[in-house]
Amino acid sequence: MGLLTLIVVLPLIGFLVNGLLGTRLAAAPLGKGVVTTVACGLPILSFLVAIKCFLDLLAGSGAPIVETAYVWTQVGQSHFDIAFYFDRLTAVMVLIVTGVGSLIHIYSTGYMKEDAGYGRYFAYLNLFLFFMLMLVLGRSLLVLFVGWEGVGLASYLLIGFWFEDPEKAAAGKKAFITNRIGDAGFLLGMFLLYFTFGTLDMDTINAAFLAGPAPAVSASLVGVLLFIGASGKSAQIPLHVWLPDAMAGPTPVSALIHAATMVTAGVYLVARMHGIYVHAPEASALIAGIGAATAFFAATIAVAQTDIKKVLAYSTLSQLGFMFVALGVGAYGVAVFHLYTHAFFKACLFLGAGSVIHALGGKQDIMHMGGLARRIPVTFVTFAIATAAIAGFPYMSGFFSKDEILWFAFASERGGSQFLYAVMAGTALLTSFYMFRLLWLTFLGTSRMDHETEHHVHESPLSMTAVLAVLAVLSAVGGFLPLPHFLEPVLPLAKAREELHAMEAPLMWAAVAVFAVGLAGAWLFFRANGALADRVAPPFAGLNRLLFNKYYIDELYDRVLGRPLVWISEHAFLGFGDRMVIDGSLNGLARLAQRSAGVLARVQTGNLQMYLLFVLIGSLACLAWGLRYV
Amino acid sequence: MDKTQLLLAVSFGLFAIGLVGVIVRRNVLVMLMCMELMLNAVNLALVTFAQQGASAIGAVLVFLIFVVAASEIAIAIPIVLLLIRRGRTLDIGAYTALKG
Repeated sequence: MGLLTLIVVLPLIGFLVNGLLGTRLAAAPLGKGVVTTVACGLPILSFLVAIKCFLDLLAGSGAPIVETAYVWTQVGQSHFDIAFYFDRLTAVMVLIVTGVGSLIHIYSTGYMKEDAGYGRYFAYLNLFLFFMLMLVLGRSLLVLFVGWEGVGLASYLLIGFWFEDPEKAAAGKKAFITNRIGDAGFLLGMFLLYFTFGTLDMDTINAAFLAGPAPAVSASLVGVLLFIGASGKSAQIPLHVWLPDAMAGPTPVSALIHAATMVTAGVYLVARMHGIYVHAPEASALIAGIGAATAFFAATIAVAQTDIKKVLAYSTLSQLGFMFVALGVGAYGVAVFHLYTHAFFKACLFLGAGSVIHALGGKQDIMHMGGLARRIPVTFVTFAIATAAIAGFPYMSGFFSKDEILWFAFASERGGSQFLYAVMAGTALLTSFYMFRLLWLTFLGTSRMDHETEHHVHESPLSMTAVLAVLAVLSAVGGFLPLPHFLEPVLPLAKAREELHAMEAPLMWAAVAVFAVGLAGAWLFFRANGALADRVAPPFAGLNRLLFNKYYIDELYDRVLGRPLVWISEHAFLGFGDRMVIDGSLNGLARLAQRSAGVLARVQTGNLQMYLLFVLIGSLACLAWGLRYV
Repeated sequence: MDKTQLLLAVSFGLFAIGLVGVIVRRNVLVMLMCMELMLNAVNLALVTFAQQGASAIGAVLVFLIFVVAASEIAIAIPIVLLLIRRGRTLDIGAYTALKG
């Protein structure tokens, strides 16, 4: 077994062990330790193997490592392999997935300690890692798609982890179904590519697109179809509705799946298939447009939310929008750079939120928090660092990646414009504002908790705070790695327009100013428990309600799609199709049999001699027929 | 009418009497006896035909059939006895459990 296969298989072993034995083990006296060791040990091992592969890649000539694990099936000339492909882009993704994944596994041992589903939880988490690694390591779109669906499954299982609560189970279903819509587009794109090229190997397809003459397929069509898939997984408008609801899952799951890794799969897909998008300016423009719209609208919604996890969820949507804008203007490496920094600070924020929720015994409403900074100092410091990073405090990771995205949104030769820059800068301002609002309302000011909750506030155990500290450090310094430059051999960067180079330094100062204005605004409105915000709020009550209810998109979907669908199902499919046609025909047959049986049963008199007479008549008739015709 | 024809006629007559007896008589034991009558009619036809071939096989077969018939009746009589114990009557008309 090659090293790449090993990376993928290790979490699978963890899933099998914990999935089959976990629940029984966790109940045994020493079993919990075994579950924990297996669940955390194998991802860490996987991470170490990934580092080994990464070093091999750097030591090598720059050619990607390719490894065929298994020939899946062979149809005529073409064969479908489960093959793994490891280049610089994959390396970055695998290191993020296994690295952040391992950290969150460790954090979970503290967070989920008292939960009855301890073994089951870690089994799902390992299953997720397995599929995610399949997704990023797969060489062909088919293997990627297996991982793609698999992470969807793991996400469904983990969102509905506490399935006794119908609302949480429904959130899981919503995520699953919304993703199916995107997957339909993805599948069509795959069919089209296979039809054209006879292969689904992504490197081959990219090379075919990049090598001169345009292939016999519309790059924009394929690009848009694949992007539909990506927008489902990465929760972009109009398929964004599932992500905020996905916060029903345990908080570490939100950090791992719905912030750091799975939702960035769409970004990875587009970056990986950049060969198509280089030739598809229309598809790229669509991506940039949708990304910008998602980023901006999600940021405005985040301003009005009062649930700590919902704020972070909309912030995730917004940041994913940033990544798609970068993809749309041809700055693929920059998108992956933001993906990488986002994985650190957003994981840190979510885990910090988890620590807060843990401290408050499950309460999530920031209107009933406040003054937590002194009570849970480690959580506060790490959360503050991550907040500064996402808001774009100079020289922290988010500052670098967001600044680069803004620069390319402004100056890229392939779709950059002042308007796009203005929208994204406005979004960055909102980001800074709502993140510091969250920080102020949660940790600063004075306590608005009820007495009972306040009494029980406690700092989280070391397994959680240590992970927070590691992620905070990474959020702070992660941006110094010149990732776009590192990725340039695999992901070409769009050129900036010559005449705009003079603007680079002023734009950086503008980014700093945006951060500062957001911070100042949050300080002005939300210090002293949001006194000023409360005072100026009344004229804006309508706007606030609109934002708090997420522009009523869920309600709109319910009216436009949900209810008509239910009506059609109820009347056409259930009432006519099922009850009338299917049930009707079967019941009719049964009734026919019943009636004819009623007639025929009269022959069965129970009289033995009558039967004998019939036999006699029958035999005689046979005899007569035989004599006559044979 | 030669001997063979006469014997076959007797055989047919016995069979017809047996058949009519089974169909019209209501007493279970009499029905059983009529069935034996039909069996023996067939036996008679068998030996009659066997005679024509001038071989002993037919006669031997008939003895075997006697043995089988004896064991059959040894089973049939207890069945009838059990039936009577249940229904307290010999009338076949009382047993209509197979009525549809």
